[in-house]
Amino acid sequence: MTKVKSLADLRKMKEELANKVQLREKSDSPEKLVQVKVSMATCGIASGAKEIMNHMIDEMDRQAIEALVTQTGCMGFCHAEPTIEVTLPNNEPVVFGHVDSKKADEIITKYIIRGELVDGIIPVNYETVKENKND
Amino acid sequence: MRDLSMHITDIIQNSVRAKAKLVQLTIEEDGDKLKMTFTDDGTGMDAETVQRVSDPFYTSRTTRKVGMGIPLFKQNAELTDGSLDIESELGEGTVVQVELGLNHIDRPPMGDLSSTVAMLITGNPEVEMIFCYKKDADEFKLDSREVKEILDGVDVRLPKVTNFLKEMIEENLKELKIESD
Repeated sequence: MTKVKSLADLRKMKEELANKVQLREKSDSPEKLVQVKVSMATCGIASGAKEIMNHMIDEMDRQAIEALVTQTGCMGFCHAEPTIEVTLPNNEPVVFGHVDSKKADEIITKYIIRGELVDGIIPVNYETVKENKND
Repeated sequence: MRDLSMHITDIIQNSVRAKAKLVQLTIEEDGDKLKMTFTDDGTGMDAETVQRVSDPFYTSRTTRKVGMGIPLFKQNAELTDGSLDIESELGEGTVVQVELGLNHIDRPPMGDLSSTVAMLITGNPEVEMIFCYKKDADEFKLDSREVKEILDGVDVRLPKVTNFLKEMIEENLKELKIESD
């Protein structure tokens, strides 16, 4: 029988992570890492936001992209769910709509890795983003 | 909502929005019932608001005019001869108790519970969570504060951490022979 993972294994993994010099330097200033926010209110969840978040986490783990992935509320783009907000270091946040796993891959390879813009961006005025942040 | 895990994310997101510092989710298989209790220490609601949250046309959001989360969960619970009850007090927090018929033909499947819980913990780093699954005499418990203590400064939001927690929860639930797909 294989051993079931426990928090002790997490400690081991943490040691490995902490040894990565690059990460150690960056984790003091999270704004230097890519930040991904997945809209996870009723509208997002019902359209499959969880699968997208799962997919992004798996892919970025596999490709060793150091990003911080979090959940956020309804941004008011219920018609375009699932939506994700991607903030590259030193860039304004960009919101992508109708994200499926294919689109998610495109966002990772083109926007996150190479910084090229991808179709499907929702133009956001400053107020809307602001409201979402207070949400 | 295709499965119960989606409802779980939805209800816990309500607690996160209510500025909760600690959210507890206990799932218990009790005879023919599947019970879920969500307890938070968020802003809470007054009696009038509690009455209104089951109305799909009520929401406290300004981004849209409908609030389907609680009505949909309540409907799914009632379809399995169960119930959804809310107790809340302003400034104290909220308790949502859901009861479903465990073996009822209309009960939605549990869904991907392990990744749901892992992503709730790592996706909302400012909120602490205690997840507990009880089945017969066995239980599996996970406290996000212990996770963060072990991580000791390594960011909980990193994909590697989420994937680790996902696997850990999955393996432990499997040990208890709990349905999670």
